[in-house]
Amino acid sequence: MTRRLLTGNAAAAWGARLARVDYVPAFPITPQTEIIEALGRWIGAGELAARLVTLESEHSMLTAAGAAAATGVRVFTATSSQGLLYAMEMLYTVAGWRAPFVLVNVSRGLAAPITLEADHDDVLAARDSGFLQIHCSTCQEVLDSVLLAYRLVEDPRVRLPAIVNLDGFHLSFTREPVLIPEPGAVDAFLGSYDPENVRFLASRPISQAVAVLGGGPYSYFRYEMHRAAEAALGVHAEAAADFARAFGRRWDAVETWRAEDAEIVFVMLGSFATKARDAVERLRAAGERVGLVRLRLLRPFPAQDLRRALAGKLGVAVIDQNLSLGRGGVLHAELASALYGEPEAPRVLASFVGGLGGRDIGAEEFREMAAETRAAAAAGRPPAPRLLYTRGELREVRKLQGIAHAERVEVASPARGEGEAR
Amino acid sequence: MSETRYRRMQDLPSTHLLGSGTAMCAGCGGLQAIQEIYDVLGEKTVFVNAAGCMTMLSVYPFTPFRGSWIYTAMASAPAGAQGVRDALDVLLAKGRIPPEEDLEVVVLTGDGSAYGMGLSATSGAIDRGLDFLYVCYDNEGYGNTGQQSSAATPHAARTASDALAAGFPGEKKDLFSIWAANRPAYVATAVGAEPVDLARKVEKARGLVGPRLLIVLAPCPTGWDFDPGEGIEIGRLAVATGIWPLKEWEAGRVVHTKVRRPRLPVEEYLSRQGRFRHLFEPERREAELAAIQARVDAYWQGVG
Repeated sequence: MTRRLLTGNAAAAWGARLARVDYVPAFPITPQTEIIEALGRWIGAGELAARLVTLESEHSMLTAAGAAAATGVRVFTATSSQGLLYAMEMLYTVAGWRAPFVLVNVSRGLAAPITLEADHDDVLAARDSGFLQIHCSTCQEVLDSVLLAYRLVEDPRVRLPAIVNLDGFHLSFTREPVLIPEPGAVDAFLGSYDPENVRFLASRPISQAVAVLGGGPYSYFRYEMHRAAEAALGVHAEAAADFARAFGRRWDAVETWRAEDAEIVFVMLGSFATKARDAVERLRAAGERVGLVRLRLLRPFPAQDLRRALAGKLGVAVIDQNLSLGRGGVLHAELASALYGEPEAPRVLASFVGGLGGRDIGAEEFREMAAETRAAAAAGRPPAPRLLYTRGELREVRKLQGIAHAERVEVASPARGEGEAR
Repeated sequence: MSETRYRRMQDLPSTHLLGSGTAMCAGCGGLQAIQEIYDVLGEKTVFVNAAGCMTMLSVYPFTPFRGSWIYTAMASAPAGAQGVRDALDVLLAKGRIPPEEDLEVVVLTGDGSAYGMGLSATSGAIDRGLDFLYVCYDNEGYGNTGQQSSAATPHAARTASDALAAGFPGEKKDLFSIWAANRPAYVATAVGAEPVDLARKVEKARGLVGPRLLIVLAPCPTGWDFDPGEGIEIGRLAVATGIWPLKEWEAGRVVHTKVRRPRLPVEEYLSRQGRFRHLFEPERREAELAAIQARVDAYWQGVG
């Protein structure tokens, strides 16, 4: 085992390398590109016995990934944001092929307006595709989750592809100390991929991904996928236990931090949970009984684990780095449906949307969210959903609008502008 | 084409591999071509399909193919072929499958995919030198949805989306030249009604390595409005009138594989199909017919 400073992207590439992937269909997009560049370098240097092919789009990339997995090889690919959306038809399609492989998504906000910086709108757009979703909060977790994901997707009880998600910039370009496991230990943990009947061979002709007629067979196959995704909860628990035995790090479906005796709990996904953890420590130091619950698995949805972790809490502040336009935070809605009617459900479930397009969530905002949730719990009524935004930010946007307005006036009537200049 | 085993009708395979009882329309020119192609290619194949009429060939739990099949999506069948081919190559290179388990990877799409939505994926596959065979059955419209105009629809043809007055106002896109400009290993046109020519081209394509692409005109009784029994005659007329030139492109050179002299007038082909009836009824539209004839004549003048 070696310890190195790795970016989240490099950690993802290391995960694929240690998994000894056979095939990497690729397409560049910021902030993911470093992953495929690293893999390409290793393949070129003979350090990884795989084939990397750059497709002409993410839609084709996902098609090739699914088709190669359906032919019986271990496949890795990666994308981001617009690329994930461009590939969306094929996400749903290849999941239905029951072709297992791992896709790393480096989260980035969606156009319009176009941006390079992180939030979770991209990966949540794939929420219902049939891909399992693992959300990471550190670079170590990225590497480990790629390995865990292969165990998960290749299990005969699952046979669905998975997305391993890391936040663009915050993780993709941030160096953290990462323990790189020994290849032999990874081989023992993962084993080689046995495609069983999902493969193409001259001696065993097979029709894959055929059409169906009517709702009966269609529903059957969709229900089968749903049940396989649900079964992934148990398979993940087994794999996480094996992983902990092999490597000493435990990655449960739901991670809790000082949640046991907490009255107020933050619930969130991804790297900003490390900020929440920091906020928990500060609030604890100030005497507040606050904790954190972070979902690693979003699909399958670990509803039981969440019910258990949140049982009897005064209030829960769900922090969504996504926005379902016209509805609100996606995680909040998911959690509400998991908790509704539960006898020990938290008294209030507050919704906060923030951290969109690379926007930070500051320590004072965590404090404020905790206070607001506590007040709402005391009043016995959930607060109105909040979109985090500060006066300072609004002032900055007003300045930009002022410039835009001034420029537009200038362009619209140049003669007047010249006149004024004289 | 000197070493061909297909010189006469009698040379064509006498055993037919494609099963019967598919959901295709009676007289389907596309199915006819696929049957002929499959007989030459054989069952050590995997067909990678894009959305179109032929998607209905394999409907759970039935398939007419003795070999393998995978349905992808409308835009990306060539990328599916890339994944299958690459995976087979990896498995062969790593010794995880023996050479006799290898398969010929065959993309099968209609013109809607080939001329339009799938063109980017096809271009990409050619750029990468993918070793595959592409079969486009060209029925000159979005046939599976009721024959709306596609980029393959010929000028003046009435379709479900150009149903009135003059028919489709555009011109059929020259996909042969577009593919050839990408410099793959082989490009050819064919039609099921000329089975010896088709078999020779499939045979030739099979013997080459790299991207090999076939556009097969697929007379469509329902889309073109003719009696299913006339499909073969219409296919022959497409060639005899010079409207559908049979040709191949290899290493920068175009060779016409069947040149009929003198050519029959285009109206012999057009008048057999309901989609062109408005050119003849209620009165003959001489200017339009002359313009279509002139375009065909100009093409062949260029051939020399």
